[in-house]
Amino acid sequence: MLNIFRFAAQNLLRYKRRTLLTSMLITLGVVAVLLFISVSGSFKTLMVGQITDSMLGHIQIHKKGYLASVDSMPLNRNLTSKQIAKVKQFLEQEETVESYSMRIRLGAMFSNFTETTNIRLNCVTPKDEIKTAPLLTERILQGDKEGLIKQGEILIPELIAKGMGVKIGDAIVLVANNRDGSVNGQNFIVRGVLEGISGPGGRDGMIHIDDAKTLLRIGAAEVSEIAIRLKDIDQLTTVFARLQAQLGSIKNQQGLPVFEVHSWESISPFFNIAKMIDLMTFFIKIMLVAIVLVSIMNVMIMAVYERINEIGTISAIGTLPNKILGLFVVEGFLIGLLGTAVGTVISLTSIAVMNMTQISFDFGRQKGLLLAPTINAVDVIFVALIVIAIAVIASLQPAWKAARMDPIAALKHV
Amino acid sequence: MSIVVAKQLVKTYVTGDIKVEAIRGVDFSIEPASFVSFIGPSGSGKSTLLNMIGCLDPPTAGQLQVAGQEITNLSRRNAARFRGEHIGFVFQDFNLIPVLTIFENVEYPLQMVQNWPRGERRKRVKEMLDAVGMGDQGHKYPRQISGGQKQRVAIARALVTKAKLVLADEPTANLDRETAGRIIDLMKQMRDEFETTFVFSTHDPRIVDNVEIIFALEDGILRRHEQVGGGDHA
Repeated sequence: MLNIFRFAAQNLLRYKRRTLLTSMLITLGVVAVLLFISVSGSFKTLMVGQITDSMLGHIQIHKKGYLASVDSMPLNRNLTSKQIAKVKQFLEQEETVESYSMRIRLGAMFSNFTETTNIRLNCVTPKDEIKTAPLLTERILQGDKEGLIKQGEILIPELIAKGMGVKIGDAIVLVANNRDGSVNGQNFIVRGVLEGISGPGGRDGMIHIDDAKTLLRIGAAEVSEIAIRLKDIDQLTTVFARLQAQLGSIKNQQGLPVFEVHSWESISPFFNIAKMIDLMTFFIKIMLVAIVLVSIMNVMIMAVYERINEIGTISAIGTLPNKILGLFVVEGFLIGLLGTAVGTVISLTSIAVMNMTQISFDFGRQKGLLLAPTINAVDVIFVALIVIAIAVIASLQPAWKAARMDPIAALKHV
Repeated sequence: MSIVVAKQLVKTYVTGDIKVEAIRGVDFSIEPASFVSFIGPSGSGKSTLLNMIGCLDPPTAGQLQVAGQEITNLSRRNAARFRGEHIGFVFQDFNLIPVLTIFENVEYPLQMVQNWPRGERRKRVKEMLDAVGMGDQGHKYPRQISGGQKQRVAIARALVTKAKLVLADEPTANLDRETAGRIIDLMKQMRDEFETTFVFSTHDPRIVDNVEIIFALEDGILRRHEQVGGGDHA
């Protein structure tokens, strides 16, 4: 076998320029795919991180039917204290959970005493919220970030701040409908301005959960949603399945499920963009396969055509057909290997350089996002194996032709 | 025992509706360590006969034994194996492999066909290169040596496997007179030294003058079988 490799390598060296050009084409393909995977992966991770860490959390638990009517922020679909206790019991036992935050979400009238508008509010316990959405404080454009929020304070969305000219320290009033239909109002001081982000809840204001209870005249513990942050997002699928199994089995007196569990993927529209990125990666991989297939086949067909006489000679002196086949397949394999090796080195170097140069970019309203491309070994190995396998497959037909060649006809070939 | 025995050997080529009888029922035998030539005009069937003896082309009918084995119905794979074990080839165009050095060209059949161990292989190649007077040229590539030297290397390659039969199709056709003479002498010397049977297919009178047996072919029929005194082999 070693002899076949040696002989094949010598043949490749004989046609240095052609070998180099084909390998370069494969190298280009490998670099394109690996860089695309790493950069798009980085973008995806960054965006998922932004979405989960500054707003959604990784998993959310609601009362059944809440999300379907989330636009109206229905208070009659809040989780009760008994239901909260059940969820808490599970979350306290679950080691994969980093933290969780109980939220009340409501719609209210916002007035600065000269103008009035409507506002959606996220009402949280600051300590829990910071743990669950650690990037949330980064969204505070103006005002004190420390401690997130205190009772009597409000973080207002950027749009309202700009639209109504509301500034930090201004007094405002929130008027909200209670569950029974009565109306209540409460004064707040503007503590800061929250940057809007895409996705659900991305343009909500924020108040302390205790203020929400006063405003809504809620006595017992009651929340609209429980946002959960996991220690490792890679465990999302497993924990999500466990949560669904545990909480999904709890039924009410009518035999209907009490809870609904959602991962960030089913809540955020960005998940579809992430899926599109995956689809694009898949098509880029197909293009790579096509590049490798066509270039290797072309080279190997030429290699067989140019060496017909030589094939006749080695066949005449007794080289078995399977060895001749092996010779050409190994040539294809070596070209694939060379292209892949060089491509991988260039890609990894480029990724390292991109990380060192700290390239930043803007996405929508989010400015200065840092591109931190990474690629895992599995992706590199997968791409390398695909390229090498395709190189071998592409060599098979020309190699088969060489192995089946009639030695007399081959020897007569000029 | 004869190294080649042919009985009522027939080769017919069929192209569409056209049938060409290249060999029409020939009988002959070749003894070991002989220096034999098939002669005849173009299209007489001498190359076809050589190809059949070399297991490159199966006969259409008849029997053909080489080195004691019936080779008429060998499969493609077994024919290749048989060639690798028993037959050496010398070609008109030398047919050395350009990417390999002279040493590697001679080494090729031992390495890729007969799988000799490295040490023995290298010793044998050196012996053969010395025998053909190319011992100091092993590091060179075919493009770096003359036509005569290439044919010497081809002879070494044909003999390196200790083949008992070497088939040479017009081995001197691409050589000048002086070089051709030296190549013929070398082949005779090799025959004497290794007791190898050399079978030629040729027009070249220099070879014809040197062989011991001549088979004259015409239109696929063996017209003449002549024992001549060209050889001085004991």
